[in-house]
Amino acid sequence: MKRGLGLLALASATLGAALAHGAVPEAQPVNDAAVTGAAFPAKLSDFGFFRDGARQVPGARVYPYALNTPLWSDGAEKLRFIYLPEGMQLTADGEGLLKFPVGAAILKTFAFGEGDARRLIETRVLLHRADGWVALPYRWNAEQTEATLALTGGRIDLVTPAGEAISYAIPNKNQCKTCHSSSNKVVPIGPKARNLSVRWLGDMLKAGKLDRLPPGAATMPVWAGYTAKSPAEPFARAYLDVNCAHCHQPGGGASNSGLDLRWEQSDPHAFGIGKRPVAAGRGAGEYEFSILAGHPDQSILLYRMNSAEPGIAMPELGKASVDRQGVAVVRRWIAEMK
Amino acid sequence: MNRLALVAALLASAAAAPLAAETHRIEAGEGAAQRLQEALILAQPGDVIELGEGRITLTDGLSLDVDGVTLRGQGMDKSILDFTSQEGSGEGLLVTSDEVTLRDFAVENPKGDGIKSKGADGIVYSGIRVEWTGGPKATNGAYGIYPVESTGVLVTNSKVSGASDAGIYVGQSRDITVSENIVSFNVAGIEIENSRNALVFSNIASRNTGGLLVFDLPGLPVMGGGNVILRGNLVADNDTPNFAPPGNIVASVRRGTGVLVMANDGVLIEDNAFDNNPTAHIMVIAYLQPFDDPRYNPHARNVIVGDNAFGRGGDDPQLDGKEALLEAFGGALPPVLWDGIKQDDDTGLRIAEGVEGWTLNLSKPGQSMAEARPGPLMLTPLESWEFPEVGAPAELEARLK
Repeated sequence: MKRGLGLLALASATLGAALAHGAVPEAQPVNDAAVTGAAFPAKLSDFGFFRDGARQVPGARVYPYALNTPLWSDGAEKLRFIYLPEGMQLTADGEGLLKFPVGAAILKTFAFGEGDARRLIETRVLLHRADGWVALPYRWNAEQTEATLALTGGRIDLVTPAGEAISYAIPNKNQCKTCHSSSNKVVPIGPKARNLSVRWLGDMLKAGKLDRLPPGAATMPVWAGYTAKSPAEPFARAYLDVNCAHCHQPGGGASNSGLDLRWEQSDPHAFGIGKRPVAAGRGAGEYEFSILAGHPDQSILLYRMNSAEPGIAMPELGKASVDRQGVAVVRRWIAEMK
Repeated sequence: MNRLALVAALLASAAAAPLAAETHRIEAGEGAAQRLQEALILAQPGDVIELGEGRITLTDGLSLDVDGVTLRGQGMDKSILDFTSQEGSGEGLLVTSDEVTLRDFAVENPKGDGIKSKGADGIVYSGIRVEWTGGPKATNGAYGIYPVESTGVLVTNSKVSGASDAGIYVGQSRDITVSENIVSFNVAGIEIENSRNALVFSNIASRNTGGLLVFDLPGLPVMGGGNVILRGNLVADNDTPNFAPPGNIVASVRRGTGVLVMANDGVLIEDNAFDNNPTAHIMVIAYLQPFDDPRYNPHARNVIVGDNAFGRGGDDPQLDGKEALLEAFGGALPPVLWDGIKQDDDTGLRIAEGVEGWTLNLSKPGQSMAEARPGPLMLTPLESWEFPEVGAPAELEARLK
């Protein structure tokens, strides 16, 4: 009886919010054939991941989770879920990415607006099939009753929480892979033990959904807890890992730049200090180094973070405005460097 | 059944029994950008995606991740992908799959790079035009045609103009042929960087800042560039002031450079025609910047300047002490400029009989130019030399027949 209680508690915030709005349909089992088959299901509801999609109430064996330091996407609220088929569990692999069994799925819904004004924009789905992961984007309709496959992505005009009017881009299927790629294979990015809370991992362990509590769990800081008194370095390095390192690492989409922004990279030159650009083009601005220690305003990395202009802006995808807080933290980190 | 469901069903059946290769035609007009991207995503290996005549306006970058696909238009002036109002992505078209053929279409005004192919082995670019139509500007994208981290690259019969870095840039790749292209008004016309076994022949490089560049840079996943042949190219009138953003390595290229070899192991320069490159027709130098990478060799080794036709040049060099130099050399500098830096006596610059040049007589990479002691090049000419045959696998050329 004790097993699963923690998970219930975790889900309770979502459930509670949903229950307050009325009855929630019975949970139906997830359509495993849709997850593991060869086709690209046309509708998000074909999978049956949600008891109530509009309210993002997860169905059976769909587990909400959060990341200590999340990827920033124009300030979108993100609702993350993992689906594990009956009898299957995640396998810990040190501080790194949890290993998912074939048949599992990872979901991320992007929403803007608060309370009753919240609009779901898209749900991105990663399906672990026998021949590898498949990434598919689903776009929510205006009525919020269904999300349909958007293989070619799309654009939506919206206003960010920071009050900026932007043209928000839903990625196309190939663009999903641009970030979710390692040595040309689609891979998950987010659920690494180091970026998950010990509590969530412990709950999954107790529920039998994780084989063991990995060492090195939750070593990345909780971004929301950042204050002016926090040390800048771990926050900045966590931010760069989560927002940049999916491309900027060996085998990633930006491997040819030689810039490696992974959390575990300890060589200062590799993560940018005193490193000259290779193929940055006008993205380099007037500056000579990715990071010039002590000089954030002469550092290409910050210059590109601080731009929303295509050809200059980094990341290249999933960003139409500047993350002021991200820029502030990385700026402080570079400024404090000796 | 809606269209996507139909597509999904088709995909499912294709997995069971592969369909014959198909040709998907994309005409310009309403929804063309989306139809094109959808075709690129849903293509099966062997398929041809054909662009009709006309202009397709894109707000986002295109991408192709299916092996063996051909994307072809009706000609580089007839089928145009127009990125003037691009709102996202770092390039116009990104290719990440193998054995892809791109031919007979144009990419105009991409915000970043034109066409990038990364980890895309066996790629062919033929009859492609990438152009920034506003002329040379620092706000133009960096590279026009940009294959990187690939084995087997053929870029031919293409045209690039306006790139704020290199028109045709091949980086961290092997087995490369770049032939019969026209590159003009770029900072660098053609650049071969950290790559091996590259044949650059019968191209026209004119009105760039520098015509043909062969670089090896430190701190990259792939280094050890070499075995590069520059043969039968016309390298003329490269006199456009450098308009690269300052941080880039090509920002250091002097206006009026024909060929620039920096670091590298094995470069043969022969049978080219050089004219009116006002700084130097050929410049061979060591890597200039300080570096901290034990894997890196900053010297230009085994560089051979064979027989070439040299016209007027070196008569308005963008070099410190220009007036004194011109006076010393009688109004124009000799065609070959060497920094004099050699790793050892066996691997320094070598020249064919009759090749004239001058040297800065420096001795160490990174040495200050203030220590230069310019003088005429006094090397014993080679009577003959051996150099490996290099280039893209023959099957890439055969694909275009």
